[in-house]
Amino acid sequence: MSAWQPVIGLEIHAQLSTHSKLFSGASTAYGAEPNTQASAVDVALPGTLPVPNRAALGKAIAFGLAIDARIAPHSIFARKNYFYPDLPKGYQISQYELPIVSAGTLPVRLDDGRTLEVEIQRAHLEEDAGKSLHDAFHAATGIDLNRAGTPLLEIVSAPVLHSAAEAVAYLRTVHTLVRWLGICDGNMQEGSFRCDANVSVRRAGTDKLGTRTEIKNVNSFRFVEKAIEYEIERQIRALENGEAIVQETRLYDAAHHRTRPMRSKEDADDYRYFPDPDLPPLSVSADDIAAVRAQLPELPEARRARYVAALGLPDADATQLCGDRATTDYFEALLAALPSEPKLGARSGGEVQVGRDQAKQCANWVLGELAAALNGAALPIEQSRVSASALAALLTRVREGVISGKIAKDVFAAMWAGEGDADTVIAARGLKQISDSGALATAIDAVLAEFPKQVADYRGGNDKLLQFFVGQTMKRTRGQANPQQLNALLVEKLKS
Amino acid sequence: MRTSSVAQLAQDLRARQVAATELAQAALNAAQDNAELNAFISLDAAGALERARTADAALAAGAAPALAGIPFVHKDIFCTNGLRTTCGSRMLQEFVPPYDAAVVERLHGAHAVPIGKANMDEFAMGSSNENSAFGPVRNPWDAARVPGGSSGGSAAAVAAGIVPFATGTDTGGSIRQPAAFCGVTGLKPTYGRVSRWGMIAYASSLDCAGVLARNAQDCAHVFAAIAGHDARDATSVPRAADDYVGALSTTLKGIRIGVAREYFAAGVEDGVGAAVRAALREMEKLGATLVEISLPHASLAIPAYYVIAPAEASSNLARYDGVRYGHRCADPKSLEDLYTRSRSEGFGAEVQRRILVGTYALSAGYYDAYYLRAQRARRVIADDFAQAFKHVDLIAGPTAPTVAFRLGEKSADPLAMYAADVNTVAVNLAGLPAISLPAGLSQGLPVGLQLIAPAFAEARLLAAGHQLQQSTDFHTYTPGAAA
Repeated sequence: MSAWQPVIGLEIHAQLSTHSKLFSGASTAYGAEPNTQASAVDVALPGTLPVPNRAALGKAIAFGLAIDARIAPHSIFARKNYFYPDLPKGYQISQYELPIVSAGTLPVRLDDGRTLEVEIQRAHLEEDAGKSLHDAFHAATGIDLNRAGTPLLEIVSAPVLHSAAEAVAYLRTVHTLVRWLGICDGNMQEGSFRCDANVSVRRAGTDKLGTRTEIKNVNSFRFVEKAIEYEIERQIRALENGEAIVQETRLYDAAHHRTRPMRSKEDADDYRYFPDPDLPPLSVSADDIAAVRAQLPELPEARRARYVAALGLPDADATQLCGDRATTDYFEALLAALPSEPKLGARSGGEVQVGRDQAKQCANWVLGELAAALNGAALPIEQSRVSASALAALLTRVREGVISGKIAKDVFAAMWAGEGDADTVIAARGLKQISDSGALATAIDAVLAEFPKQVADYRGGNDKLLQFFVGQTMKRTRGQANPQQLNALLVEKLKS
Repeated sequence: MRTSSVAQLAQDLRARQVAATELAQAALNAAQDNAELNAFISLDAAGALERARTADAALAAGAAPALAGIPFVHKDIFCTNGLRTTCGSRMLQEFVPPYDAAVVERLHGAHAVPIGKANMDEFAMGSSNENSAFGPVRNPWDAARVPGGSSGGSAAAVAAGIVPFATGTDTGGSIRQPAAFCGVTGLKPTYGRVSRWGMIAYASSLDCAGVLARNAQDCAHVFAAIAGHDARDATSVPRAADDYVGALSTTLKGIRIGVAREYFAAGVEDGVGAAVRAALREMEKLGATLVEISLPHASLAIPAYYVIAPAEASSNLARYDGVRYGHRCADPKSLEDLYTRSRSEGFGAEVQRRILVGTYALSAGYYDAYYLRAQRARRVIADDFAQAFKHVDLIAGPTAPTVAFRLGEKSADPLAMYAADVNTVAVNLAGLPAISLPAGLSQGLPVGLQLIAPAFAEARLLAAGHQLQQSTDFHTYTPGAAA
């Protein structure tokens, strides 16, 4: 047991995927020419005024409902005042004393199987600043205000995480959730999902929090983990050397794997927050909340639990399927497209439409063959070349015994290559499984005639040779023999 | 046209006795003839004549709105597309907005003819128009005296007969006090009744756009054109405007006017108090009942206002940083230097003072003691009014405690200057509508009667003013021709 306990809280900035900005009608699309998506409001021309974007509000409410939080009936926009060239108004409109979302919890599953109930203190709406382009011009800084005014949801956890691994697991869970809800695209490279980490350490067994440092804007899960690990070690080392931790903002330098202090400003701390007089309190009615709730999808944790309980999937499969909305949506579509066949194991009278073995088969395909193909083609699952319904048709042929599971992989590859649907490929390639016992018997007889020594050995007690005969017969039928039938016939013929 | 009202000019235009282009040209000439008043920051002859021709065409086609062809001036706080808008500041000396303020759009829509932009206290901060980067405005009644502020250019232009009306803004009395000092009628509407879109912010929770004109009837015509909801201003109230012109005929019979004791307190000049009481007696003769009332927390208004307004201003004016538009210092050595020198050079002394006061009031450790206390005082003040309006229809008092003072008389003493806003700022803190009506003279200078109404009762204010003006001639007094 270490003598020190790390205490970590994360501030996550999720860019809400609205078409227009939080307080102006300008587009939020990424990657446009600098300053082409900055309206008079975003540039803070004199006399312009902010008007809240109700779409952003709906997305904040969705997040709040997903973490079982309190949604404030009246939340207040406040001004955070500071001077910086990419902050056109000289203040950021944010929420301070009364955020839209407060007191939520998010279950986070850790690699060791534990589930952490992470307290989320608040999630508030705020506008993003622009970007300073320090390298674009010689001896001058460029300002791009396209991002200025883009809606952000700042999600603030309580300081309840105690390792870099826990912090990253929490970060991933939030990342999954915001994409799952469709409120943020989660793109960390483009900065639509960013994280600041507050890190401190204290003597194990004590309650009082140590002095914290804030690590700013780390833009990948791996770097977040490394930055926090580094910072924990640095603080422990310092404390053990009798040094005090300075409360400061630090930047992670990925190239050298260390954090270093940002230039600190004496006056940077006093943001002179006060309610924005241009914006009346943001009202959310019970009807507004009900409308968002009605559109809320089944949440990742609920769906994962259902996959385990109702579909009988192994926990690992369920977790992987629910790791992202598009994958699980594909899986759901696949299940839905399968013909409902009670004989395939559905529980009579139950809600389960699909047999457990069938669900497992689907999971195997989505996480195996399909994932590999997507990976190879570097495609997201939304752009899969084999749709869920096409894959369902293929798997149905397997279950019907038309083709074997092994042949199905070849058929899938052909479907992926654009050769048509399952039935077209099976017909064109003559892959239909040989279930005709006459044809199978002929092939077996030929094999047994070809390998008399092995037949004798088998009959002499070497059972292992059965697989040899299966293989040889498969070869002779170019893999089209129905495996179960082949096995049975072989055993029968070898006995005689 | 010196004594012509909007109503009279509208009649003349329809009778083809005069063309809008002639009125515009006459107003432009008058502006130049009165150049010593320094009432204008910009004149826009080409724009005015073009709009006048459009107005003439609309008039010829019939069915033109009431204000079609009427020349006027905008306070230089309203953004005008393509015409520089300075807000009285060196900071915005060269600033040409790419868009029109809502008030500007609405008056364009009414085919009224703006001839230029009126001088004002820098960023609307001032009560004397001595804080303009473009020099002080002179009072047409006495060039040695101030016209009041911050809408001093607007008031002087109307009082001098250059234009029959002007737009203005009122954050703590900036329409009413100059209206009183210059002997014109000034309406400060309910907060949220007129869109603030495109109106350069001083203190957002207090700023109101309004109108100065020769009389209440003209104010009603202009107010009818600019009042209404605007989705671009989140504080604009989604409520239909009333028929302000139609309501002018409502008599004073049965109207209960609360005469607020505190508004006649020490500091009010005898002549001012007497003139206001005399005007109120005229209203009594017309059927109104005068009731002595008290607004017990009136004394909190000045301190609350001079915390809240500077606090908001300190934030509102942060955008003037020399980065995107506005004044930028020469040859900045660093970002800090760019900010410091651009703002020190661009802002005048009073603006800097209020930014400092406001920054202080919002600072950590002082916020509760200043800003929050001021907000509590604001609620108490609003409650005083709410209590009073349970018993009376209107509240009356002098608009300002004195007549127009001399240039330079108070400029060395900011606190004395602030104290002169004692009767106007409470109205802004409560968000109520009020009107300043000419109420005769004291020492040969105009006195203003302020009437305050409950929220959205502008029609009541305008009607009361109109009824008084139907039977008195205070509003017809003009500089140099006083009775």
